[in-house]
Amino acid sequence: MLRFISKNAAILGVAAVACVAVVAGVNQLTAGEIAKQALEQKISSLQQVLPAGTDTSSLLSSCRLVKNSEVFGANQVPVYSTQVDGKPVYVVETVAPDGYSGNIYLLVAVGADGTVFGVRTLAHKETPGLGDKIELAKNDWILSFTGKSVHNDQDTHFAVRKDGGEFDQFAGATITPRAVVKAVKKAALYFQQQPQILLEASMCGGAQ
Amino acid sequence: MSQYRQIIQQGLWQNNPGLVQLLGLCPLLATSSSLTNALGLGLATMLVLAATNAVISMVRHQVPNEIRIPVFVMIIAAVVTAIEQLMHAYTFELYQSLGIFIPLIVTNCVVIGRAEAFASKNSVLASTFDGLMMGLGFCLVLATLGAVREVLGQGTLFAGAELLFGDWAKVLKITVYQSDSHLLLAILPPGAFLVLGFVIAAKNAIEARRKAKQPAAASTVQRARVTQAGS
Repeated sequence: MLRFISKNAAILGVAAVACVAVVAGVNQLTAGEIAKQALEQKISSLQQVLPAGTDTSSLLSSCRLVKNSEVFGANQVPVYSTQVDGKPVYVVETVAPDGYSGNIYLLVAVGADGTVFGVRTLAHKETPGLGDKIELAKNDWILSFTGKSVHNDQDTHFAVRKDGGEFDQFAGATITPRAVVKAVKKAALYFQQQPQILLEASMCGGAQ
Repeated sequence: MSQYRQIIQQGLWQNNPGLVQLLGLCPLLATSSSLTNALGLGLATMLVLAATNAVISMVRHQVPNEIRIPVFVMIIAAVVTAIEQLMHAYTFELYQSLGIFIPLIVTNCVVIGRAEAFASKNSVLASTFDGLMMGLGFCLVLATLGAVREVLGQGTLFAGAELLFGDWAKVLKITVYQSDSHLLLAILPPGAFLVLGFVIAAKNAIEARRKAKQPAAASTVQRARVTQAGS
């Protein structure tokens, strides 16, 4: 009986070691390639919100972590900076906390003068068919931010139409676009008013 | 050759994992909101099923009966993880569209179901073929579900196909009808259950009609069971 049990235990152990070895080996084999892909992916996603031809070589090394729960949600968010036509432009991964079902994660590029260069939705849990039109794959609404600018908190045109602004809401979904517009506006105002905060912020750890 | 014919029949119709065995409902219902997604998960499942069936069939003589389940689980988890990482590294485009589905496959009980019911008792070649056919059956059900739900819920077909097949696939997108108020229910989870119910009902109706046509045929209804009697 005991021999029987220990034999099975040994086989099980060998199987476990073999499986772990396979996974570890594949991991070793692919880790470098995966890291390279992730980096390229990051750069190409940042390029989406910047004008074509923007210098992206120093973009990743410019990454800084900023925390401001009023503007960017509860967590630290990475901010990348570059220059377009000699003027500073900031790209931030911000969060719209008041989506219809939870946080909406956005990539926003704004200039120091309040011009919005581009916005993309990174992740969200909005209702399929209604709120998910904030994805570029579903609808080009998110492109309507490009070229718009915001100068102060009282700017009423930077809002959805229902609130007297310039941005369309979707039929059946006002909360989602309203949350997105609000988050973009807050991010744009933030970099306009206190760009110096980036000099004090800590570098992104790990992300070179 | 009749064994292979039977495997095809079992996988695609008589013992279809989605319609008869009702295995793997979690990913089936979750990812069938559009045809593209459905095809993505279906193809990924097919590959994984063939691979795990092959590996398990290879080791079937070395694994004692008492500990076969934990060993199968480990093999499946290792194979799926390895496939995911290889895809991530070498077929990045494909990984971006299918990547989120790959871990879901581990939760698909059709994988362990086939390992237990077929691969642990049959040759490597037959097991691989069984994996492919079961996967294809699953993929077809998923695609049907995805197509129906997408047409009802969004009025389109093959929206976002370029994510799966590359840029040329943009031309595949068909707008069936244009409307501001689609049948939202079809895309939401209850829609998945409803459509699946109708598909199963249709399958049963076809079966019943077939049977009515040939009443004389000896009809020993083969119940869909993962473990076959007498094993």
